[in-house]
Amino acid sequence: MKKKEQAVILSQEKIGSDVYSMWLKVTFAKECRPGQFISLYSKDGSRVLPRPISLCEIDREKGTLRLVYRTVGAGTNEFAKLTQGDTIEVMGPLGNGFPLEEAAGRKVFLMGGGIGIPPMLQTAKELQAEKQIIAGYRDELFLTEEMKANGTLYIATEDGSAGTTGNVLDAIRENALEADVIFACGPTPMLRAIKAYAQEKNIPCWISMEEKMACGIGACLACVCQSKEVDDHSHVHNKRICKDGPVFLASEVEL
Amino acid sequence: MNTKVNIAGVELKNPVMTASGTFGSGEEYSEFVDLSKLGAVVTKGVANVPWSGNPTPRIAETYGGMINAIGLQNPGIEVFCKRDIPFLRQHDTRIIVNVCGHAEEEYLAVVERLAEEDIDMMEINISCPNVNANFLAFGQDPKKVEELTAKIKKAAKQPVIMKLTPNVTDITEIAKAAEAGGADAVSLINTLTGMKIDINRRTFAVANKTGGMSGPAVKPVAVRMVYQVAQAIKLPIIGMGGIATWEDAIEFILAGATAVSVGTANFYNPYATVEIAEGIEAYMKKNKVEDLRELIGAVR
Ligand SMILES: Cc1cc2nc3c(=O)[nH]c(=O)nc-3n(C[C@H](O)[C@H](O)[C@H](O)COP(=O)(O)OP(=O)(O)OC[C@H]3O[C@@H](n4cnc5c(N)ncnc54)[C@H](O)[C@@H]3O)c2cc1C
Ligand SMILES: Cc1cc2nc3c(=O)[nH]c(=O)nc-3n(C[C@H](O)[C@H](O)[C@H](O)COP(=O)(O)O)c2cc1C
Ligand code: FES
Repeated sequence: MKKKEQAVILSQEKIGSDVYSMWLKVTFAKECRPGQFISLYSKDGSRVLPRPISLCEIDREKGTLRLVYRTVGAGTNEFAKLTQGDTIEVMGPLGNGFPLEEAAGRKVFLMGGGIGIPPMLQTAKELQAEKQIIAGYRDELFLTEEMKANGTLYIATEDGSAGTTGNVLDAIRENALEADVIFACGPTPMLRAIKAYAQEKNIPCWISMEEKMACGIGACLACVCQSKEVDDHSHVHNKRICKDGPVFLASEVEL
Repeated sequence: MNTKVNIAGVELKNPVMTASGTFGSGEEYSEFVDLSKLGAVVTKGVANVPWSGNPTPRIAETYGGMINAIGLQNPGIEVFCKRDIPFLRQHDTRIIVNVCGHAEEEYLAVVERLAEEDIDMMEINISCPNVNANFLAFGQDPKKVEELTAKIKKAAKQPVIMKLTPNVTDITEIAKAAEAGGADAVSLINTLTGMKIDINRRTFAVANKTGGMSGPAVKPVAVRMVYQVAQAIKLPIIGMGGIATWEDAIEFILAGATAVSVGTANFYNPYATVEIAEGIEAYMKKNKVEDLRELIGAVR
C-alpha cells in the first residue's frame, strides 16, 4: 500500500559540495525495495509538484530510509535546510524497483552515473551475486566507502581526479570487466550508451529512468517514456515511469 | 442535513467530483481514497481510437500551479469501456466520462459508443488547448459550440455536460451557445493556455511549447467565470480551477456552482477529494445550513 505521510528527519548530512544525505523515519519502510523511489513535497504552497528521490538505503528493522540527493533547484534546496526532528511530507513506496531475482548468483554490473549512484547502494546491499559496482562522477566522489563494503568498486571521473578518466563504460574497458546482467541508473546519454553496450554483448540490462512527475502513481500520464511495443495499460507506445518503471528492460524502451 | 445535489436528473451524494485527466479512471487513487465517498468520478478524456499524446517533458511547475501538455493520451473508447467502466461500477459513485476528439465525427463516434454503456453522464472537452488541430476552434467559437452540442445531444443517451475553455474573450457567450445547443450542464474552467521557458536549457519547459495552466494560482479567474456564467444561463454548473480545500469548494458553490471538480490538488494531496467532501459537511453543520442547495449561487 502506498502512503502519503509526515516523515521525521533523523539526520541530515552534507556529503559533497552540493550532495546531501538524509535519513527519514517512515511507516512503510518494510514494503520498500531497491530501485523504488518516494515523492517529497515542499512546505511552500507555491510549489505544488512532488520531487521524486530514489531510495539509497532501506532499514526495514528501524523503519528508516536514506536519501542521497543533489541540490539543483528550489525544492531540493529547501530539503537541504531541514535538520533532525523536522518533518517532511512524503509518498511511497513508488515504482517497481530492480528485479534482483534476474541477477541473483550471476556476474553483475551495478552502474551509476552522478546522482544515479545512490539507488545502486541498496541494490548492492540486497543482491546476492558477483557484484562489480561502476560509479561515474564528474569530479567529487561520494558514497564510495559504502559501495566498497558491498561489492568491488570501480570509479570513473570526467576530470580524471580518481579512477578511470571518462565515463562508466571507459572504466569497464580499462579494467577489462565482463558481466552477465546490468543494472544501471544515471543520465539519459549514459543509459543510451549502456543500452548499446548491452545489445552488443547480448546481455540483459535494466535501466532506471527519469521524467518530470505530477501524480507519481500512474494517473496523470505526465511521466511517460516510449516503449518498443504497444503497452498493455496505455494501448499506445508509452509507459509510465512512475508506475510501470522507473526500472525498465533497456530493450523494451526507446531512449 | 442534505449534501445531495442534482444535475440533469442525476443525483450525486455530494458535490465533490474529480477533474478530468488528473485522476485517471480512479484506480490509482483508490489506494488513497474510497471512491464511494465521492459525488462522481470524471475520467481522463477518451477518444474513438488510442492517442499517443505529446512528447515529454509534458509538465512544468509554475508559481502556485503547473502547466501541462499531456496531449490527451488515452487508450481509446473500446479498451476504456471494457476495463475502466467495470472498475468504476464496483464503487458507489457516479461515472462521468470525459470525451475528446479532433473532429465532430470523432466526438460522435465516442458518444454513440457510450450509449450502450452503464455510465451516468458525459463531459465533452471542447477546450483542450493542447492538440494542434482545427477543433481548438470549437470551444472558442459560439456557433460551432452550439452546433456540436446539438449534434452530441441528438446522439447521446446520457446527460451531456459541455466543458468550457477560459481562453475566450467572453465566456458567457460560449455558455449561452452550449445552452442553446441543448446541453444539460456546463463545466468550467479547463486550463488557461500558458508558457514557461527554461532559462538554463534556453528552451520551452514543456515540449509542446504551450501548455494548460492549472492549480491554486488560477482559482480567482475560475471563480469569476463561474459567477459570470451563473448569471448568464439557467443550466447547472460544475465549477473547477484551483480547488484544493473545502473553503475553495464553498467559494465556487456560493459563486453559482452546483458541484465542484478537484484536479491539480490531487497531485500534492491524494486525499483532497474526500477531505473536501467532509469539510463541506462540517461547514454546513457549523453554519446550520440544512440543505447544500441553499448555498448554490447565494452570493450575487
Ligand atoms: C524516479 C526518480 C528518481 C530520482 N532520484 C533522485 C535521487 O536519488 N537523488 C537526486 O538528487 N535526484 C533524484 N531525482 C531527480 C530529482 O527528482 C530532481 O533533482 C528534483 O525533483 C529537483 O527538484 P528541485 O525543486 O530542486 O528543482 P527544480 O528544477 O526547481 O524543479 C522544478 C520541477 O521540475 C522537477 N524536476 C527537476 N529536475 C528533475 C529531474 N531530474 N527528474 C524529475 N523531475 C525533475 C521537480 O520535481 C519540480 O517539479 C530522481 C528523479 C526521478 C524521476
Ligand atoms: C495533467 C492534467 C491533465 C488534464 N487532462 C484533461 C482531460 O483529459 N480532459 C479535460 O477536459 N480536462 C483535462 N484537464 C483539465 C482539468 O480537468 C481541469 O479543468 C483544470 O486542471 C482546472 O482544475 P484544477 O486547477 O483543479 O486542476 C487536465 C488537467 C491536468 C492538470
Ligand atoms: S507522474 Fe502521473 S503518471 Fe507518472
